[in-house]
Amino acid sequence: MSTSTDETAQSAADPAGISGTAIRAGDRNFLGLSRGAGILVLAVMAAIAAFLVWKAIPSLQADSANFLTEQSWLPDQTPSVFGIAVLAFGTFVTAVIAMLIAVPIGFGIALFIAFYARPRFGKALGFIVDLLAAVPSIIFGLWGLYNFMPAVTSFARWLTEYLGWIPIFANDKQLWTKSLLMAGLVLAIMVLPTVSAISREVFVQVPRMHIEASLALGATRWEMIKMAVFPFSRPGMISAAMLGLGRALGETIAVALILSAVFEVNTHITEPGGNSFAANIALKWGEAGEVGRSALIASGLVLFLITLAVNMIARWIIARRKEFSGAN
Amino acid sequence: MSKQIDINDLNIYYGNFLAVEGVNLTVRANSVMSFIGPSGCGKSTVLRCINRMHEVVPGARAEGSVRLDGENIYGPNVDPVLVRRTIGMVFQRPNPFPTMSIYDNVVAGLRLEKTKGDKRNLDEVVESSLRGANLWEEVKDRLKKPGAGLSGGQQQRLCIARAIAVEPKVLLMDEPCSALDPISTLAIEDLIRELRERYTIIIVTHNMQQASRVSDMTAFFNLAAVGKPGKLIEVGPTQQIFTNPQEKQTEDYISGRFG
Amino acid sequence: MSGVDAQQAEVEGHLSGRRLPRWSTPALAGGALLVGLIVQLTGWTVVGLAPGVVAAIVFLLGQAITSLAIEGRRHSKDRIATTLIYATFVVALTPLLWILITVLVKGLSVFDWTFFTSTMRNVSPRQPGGGILHAFLGTLEQVGIATLVSVPVGLLAAIYLVEFGKGRLKFWISFFVDVMTGVPSIVAGLFIYTALILTGVLQQSGFAAALALCILMIPVVIRSSEEMLKIVPNDLREAALALGVPKWKVILRIVVPTAISGLITGAMLAVARVAGETAPLLLTTFLAQDINLNAFNGSQTSLPTFIWDQISRGTTSSVNRAWGAALALILFVLIIYAAARILAARFTPKSR
Repeated sequence: MSTSTDETAQSAADPAGISGTAIRAGDRNFLGLSRGAGILVLAVMAAIAAFLVWKAIPSLQADSANFLTEQSWLPDQTPSVFGIAVLAFGTFVTAVIAMLIAVPIGFGIALFIAFYARPRFGKALGFIVDLLAAVPSIIFGLWGLYNFMPAVTSFARWLTEYLGWIPIFANDKQLWTKSLLMAGLVLAIMVLPTVSAISREVFVQVPRMHIEASLALGATRWEMIKMAVFPFSRPGMISAAMLGLGRALGETIAVALILSAVFEVNTHITEPGGNSFAANIALKWGEAGEVGRSALIASGLVLFLITLAVNMIARWIIARRKEFSGAN
Repeated sequence: MSKQIDINDLNIYYGNFLAVEGVNLTVRANSVMSFIGPSGCGKSTVLRCINRMHEVVPGARAEGSVRLDGENIYGPNVDPVLVRRTIGMVFQRPNPFPTMSIYDNVVAGLRLEKTKGDKRNLDEVVESSLRGANLWEEVKDRLKKPGAGLSGGQQQRLCIARAIAVEPKVLLMDEPCSALDPISTLAIEDLIRELRERYTIIIVTHNMQQASRVSDMTAFFNLAAVGKPGKLIEVGPTQQIFTNPQEKQTEDYISGRFG
Repeated sequence: MSGVDAQQAEVEGHLSGRRLPRWSTPALAGGALLVGLIVQLTGWTVVGLAPGVVAAIVFLLGQAITSLAIEGRRHSKDRIATTLIYATFVVALTPLLWILITVLVKGLSVFDWTFFTSTMRNVSPRQPGGGILHAFLGTLEQVGIATLVSVPVGLLAAIYLVEFGKGRLKFWISFFVDVMTGVPSIVAGLFIYTALILTGVLQQSGFAAALALCILMIPVVIRSSEEMLKIVPNDLREAALALGVPKWKVILRIVVPTAISGLITGAMLAVARVAGETAPLLLTTFLAQDINLNAFNGSQTSLPTFIWDQISRGTTSSVNRAWGAALALILFVLIIYAAARILAARFTPKSR
């Protein structure tokens, strides 16, 4: 970011991109205004990090336990005891479940729209998948709690009954709702449009000539996809998955409604329990005292840094890709 | 062993639009035929019908028959995948797969059919195909480098090597030199004259000198007006088409009085 | 015309690979459904699989095996891939229809005139009745303020990126706009809370909530505006500049008006995106049971926080109200969304 300052100086000398012309007052003001709006984005991102760090510090100083490994969340007690182990575990598990389901299905939908459906039908289907993205997360939560979860409980029971010998599917509580599995399944549906919309954009950009080259060699449609589409689209597909991951990690309300917040690392993913960074903030906010809120801010900072890293890597891959295929 | 192609009453559509009407044409084995004509006359469309690449475009279809040594490639049980293996194609712009090496580009078609292993055999095919495309000497030391790093003319010869590696009987070329410089164009034209020993070749070209240099037979396509279907106007020995055409339209086009 | 022997006999040669007949797919599907039906009726099944799952497996395996036997490995793989890819399409539609139909059915059962014209004032959680007027007005006000702030800022930033920006500053702004679209909504709420409420600049209020929405909205507006400004042909800019018009006037008088329908569409899609946000509002405003039109003072409910509140009360009547509000919210979002798409389809310039 330090590099941006000398760039600012450079472009201030040549604001309109036409060197040698006198700078009019109107142009200078307008440039200043629009550049200010752009710089605001950088400032806000920096400010988010700065304020969260600042307001997280009091609780981190008060914390008598290890912030990373402690499993309970009692920040307003004296002495204050809290840690993010449960939150990190729950966030990770739900995101992994969501990714395992949403990534292959999202790619499948994108392939269907790009290469299988008739163009007009594909366009309509793309519109419908975008509609899924427009459904607010509170509605996913409401539906997940009252409709989806009861309907899918039998699937969770089935997992325990037939795959219970795998430790993660074991269920000692004989209860199959409000679990990390359920939250992961709802998250999968929520990130599906993200994954499919971005990978669809990437698939559509595969040059026609590469597709025709493989078909002319006698490839079947699936072989064409493997030969011409996947190698060309790989960076975009990785980014699509990572942007979906970012969304799954940060989702709040749906997870908060579905999980029964229990502060315990439970590897039995079909049992009630589990928690996530975002859901915990929403659930604990109202009742939290001063240190409690600071502790929640500290956990929010961790979430911010994780999603920041995921998103930056994803965008970096796309940005590098753009330089490569500049000719197209 | 190359094969003869017979096209009978071929009508080609994009959706409901009749793009090319009533083509009847025979291309003898081991000969080179050029398709010439003004832009939009349907010569590339006809070419793409000969290996069923036309139908890859959504809504596109063809009626009539195209026979390869008597077998109709539009017959009810015909597998378009087999048709395209038997009738290879080279495109207007060189299109090697950008993520594959030169070696992998050449064997891309073979890898579809064969299981892994058999490395020596693949090596042989790569060498013979690249030799067949007059490219071996230029690339033999960098077979593992990406195909996209070659010059335009080399890339096009790589695409020809890729097409002949699967041992087709017929080679279709859709303006293969239009994106190339004159020297690369000459190299490809030399290659076409060599390839006719082993393949039946049909080449679409905008360049009438090229047609007269490389082909034995020439077919002239034209369309009455924009929005009307393209038609085959005249077909005959290249010599005759360029010196003594039977149709007025052909004569106008050849002598440059046209478009 | 060269002579062609049209009477040539049909020859079956090596091009006719053995293919499964066209009726094989419906036949297999029918067979699979039959197996599923038998499982349903007899209750007999393998490892507890549901009838539908059994039918799907029978279909997939049956197709793979018959195709492998008759058409060979390559076509068999192609058929499996095609079937699975078609299946993902069904998987995508199922939850969408399920959600929309559920919300529609449950929401309509509480929809009546008073639901839209009354508030939750003096309505206890167990009581039926009450309404969403206060929440709907709160949503309108908060989203309205967020739009008023985000659209000018986002448009200006997009103008910078398209018309002025170059070099590293442009790259970093552009990069962080993308990264900012991925900021979790709860973090946006935390930011406004720490930066403005804890520091005493603002109270917890509708305005603070609106500012949190801005954090989510601005990057979306920038991205969509950028796309739209890029479509404006350079000829237009150059023609005007060549006449000696200053650049800022060219942008405001020519570039922006040319792209205006696209800019509006983008702004509407951004509105649709934030109108359903709940998490940031929970941290930046308190819930109210009555109308409060003052965004700067006192608590203010919106549709999403109303739903959250009603769910957490957990009684039958309150959950019913949650469904009603959910239908109202989804209609609100979908109407904006559909209007934006129709506008885009009608007015977007054809060329790119």
